[in-house]
Amino acid sequence: MMQITCPHCGPRAQAEFVYERTVDSVVALDASPEDAMRTLFTRDNPRGVDDEIWRHTYGCRAWMVVTRHRVTNEISAIRAVGPEVLP
Amino acid sequence: MSRYSAFGLLRGAFNGQKHWQPAWRDPEPKTHYDIIIIGGGGHGLATAYYLAKVHGLKNIAVLEKGWIGGGNTGRNTTIVRSNYRLKPLHDLFEFGLKMWEHLSDELNYNVMFSPRGAMFLGHSDADMTKLAERGDAMRCDGIDADLMTRDEVAKLEPLLDMSRSARFPIEGGLIQRRGGTARHDAVAWGYARGADSLGVDIIQKCEVTGFIRDGDAVVGVETTRGRINAGRVGICVAGNSGHVAGLAGIKLPVESQTLQAMVTEGVKPMLNSVIMSQSLHCYISQSDKGGIVFGGDPDNWPSYAQRGNPMVMEHAVAQGLALVPALSRLRMVRTWSGVTDMSFDGAPIIGETPVENLFLNGGWCYGGFKATPASGWTYAHTLATGKPHALNAPFALDRFERGATIDETGTGPMPNSR
Repeated sequence: MMQITCPHCGPRAQAEFVYERTVDSVVALDASPEDAMRTLFTRDNPRGVDDEIWRHTYGCRAWMVVTRHRVTNEISAIRAVGPEVLP
Repeated sequence: MSRYSAFGLLRGAFNGQKHWQPAWRDPEPKTHYDIIIIGGGGHGLATAYYLAKVHGLKNIAVLEKGWIGGGNTGRNTTIVRSNYRLKPLHDLFEFGLKMWEHLSDELNYNVMFSPRGAMFLGHSDADMTKLAERGDAMRCDGIDADLMTRDEVAKLEPLLDMSRSARFPIEGGLIQRRGGTARHDAVAWGYARGADSLGVDIIQKCEVTGFIRDGDAVVGVETTRGRINAGRVGICVAGNSGHVAGLAGIKLPVESQTLQAMVTEGVKPMLNSVIMSQSLHCYISQSDKGGIVFGGDPDNWPSYAQRGNPMVMEHAVAQGLALVPALSRLRMVRTWSGVTDMSFDGAPIIGETPVENLFLNGGWCYGGFKATPASGWTYAHTLATGKPHALNAPFALDRFERGATIDETGTGPMPNSR
C-alpha cells in the first residue's frame, strides 16, 4: 500500500484516497469535439511517471495531483488542485 | 517434433524416459521475418500458431521480452466462458469456447480444459432480471445458458451461504455448463510447441525498444538483440500495449492497471463449479490441485508494477468468505498480479492501427485468458490478410471516435468505473 501525503492532512494511508483520472484526460471547456474525443478516450499511459488526480475521499475530501511512477509507485510530487493546475 | 502419446510414455518407461526433447527451439533472431509478433503470451503464440497452420506462412517470429507465458497468461484465474450479454462479445468468446473444447487434441498437448460449469450468482430481483436477460441474449445466438433457482444453486454448491441473513443473499444464478477452467501454462506451452514445430521462431529475452519506419510504414523493430526487419508487425503485449504503441507514437484508449488473484493451500474437492458474482465482482473456483483460487476487482489506479495491494486482496477475500464461509480457515499460499490494459468500454481492441503494417491486439482488460484461441485465430487472419476477421471487425481501434463502443457494463469513457 502507498502512503500519500495530502497537502492538507499530511501523510495518510492510501486506503483513504480514491484515484480519479490522469491530468491529461481532463477535457478543457472550450475543446473542439475532436480534442474532447481524444482527451476522453486516449491516454499516454506511460510505463513511467505520470500526473494523476486523486481525492482524499475518506479524509478531507480535497482533490490533488499526484506525480507517481507507475512501476516503482514512487511519488515525486503532490500538489493541491486549483485553477492554476487544471486546464 | 514427435507426438506425445500414451504409447510414447510407455516406451519411455523402458529406457528411463530419455527420449524427451525440448518442446521448442531457442533460435537466434534472423534479419528479416514476414510477420513479427511482439509478445510471447498465449495470444501471441496462438496467433503465430494459426498464422503457420491456417495461413501457411513460414517466416514468422514471436518476440518476448521475458519468458513465454510469464505475463498475464501465467497470472490469471484460468476461467473459460462465453457468457456475455452483447453479441460481438459472446460471438467472439463462443468461437473461442468451441476451440477450447478440442484444444488439447489440436495441440497434442493437455491444456486440462475442465468444463465444470461457470455460474453467475444473483443477489436480488434486479440481479435475476439482468441474468435472465443475459441468458436470453446468449440462447438467441445458440449459446448454452440456464437460469437457476435458489434451490438449484444450493444443490450444485452446498457450501454457499444460502441463509436469508447472509451478507450477500443468493436468489438464484445463471450457469453456462460448458464453461470451466483450463491450465494456463499449458496453453502457452502447447501453442509454443505447436508453433515451433511449424517453423515459427520463438525468441525470448528480446525486448522491442523501437519501431523502424520507412515513411509512414513500419518496416521493422529495434530490439535488445538488434534490428529485425519485418513485413508486418503485430503488437500483442497485454498490459504493456500502451507502452509499445507509444513507441510507434500511438495513444491508445487503454489504461494499465493491476489485477490480482490468489490461491489457498490444496484441500479435498469442495467447489464443483466456477462461482462468480458480477454484482460483487468476485470469482472463486477450485484448481485441479485442490487450491481455492480467488479473483476480484483490479487495483483501480494505473500501474505497471505486477505486484498487488493488500487492500484490494482483502476486499476480494472478504467477498469470497461471505459467499463460502467454509473457506475461512484455509491458508493463502500464493498471490500474484498481472498488468491488464483496461480499455474504455471493457472490450478488446483487435485490428489495424493508424500506422501502416502495424497491428494491435490488446485491451483485453481482465478477460483475455478465455479468449486465447479465438484471439489467436482472428488476429492471425488480420495479420495474414491485412483485413479484419468478421469476428474482430467490431473491435476496431477507431470504434471510440465512431461512437460504436461495445460497452457491456454501460459505464462510459473510464476504464472499469462502476
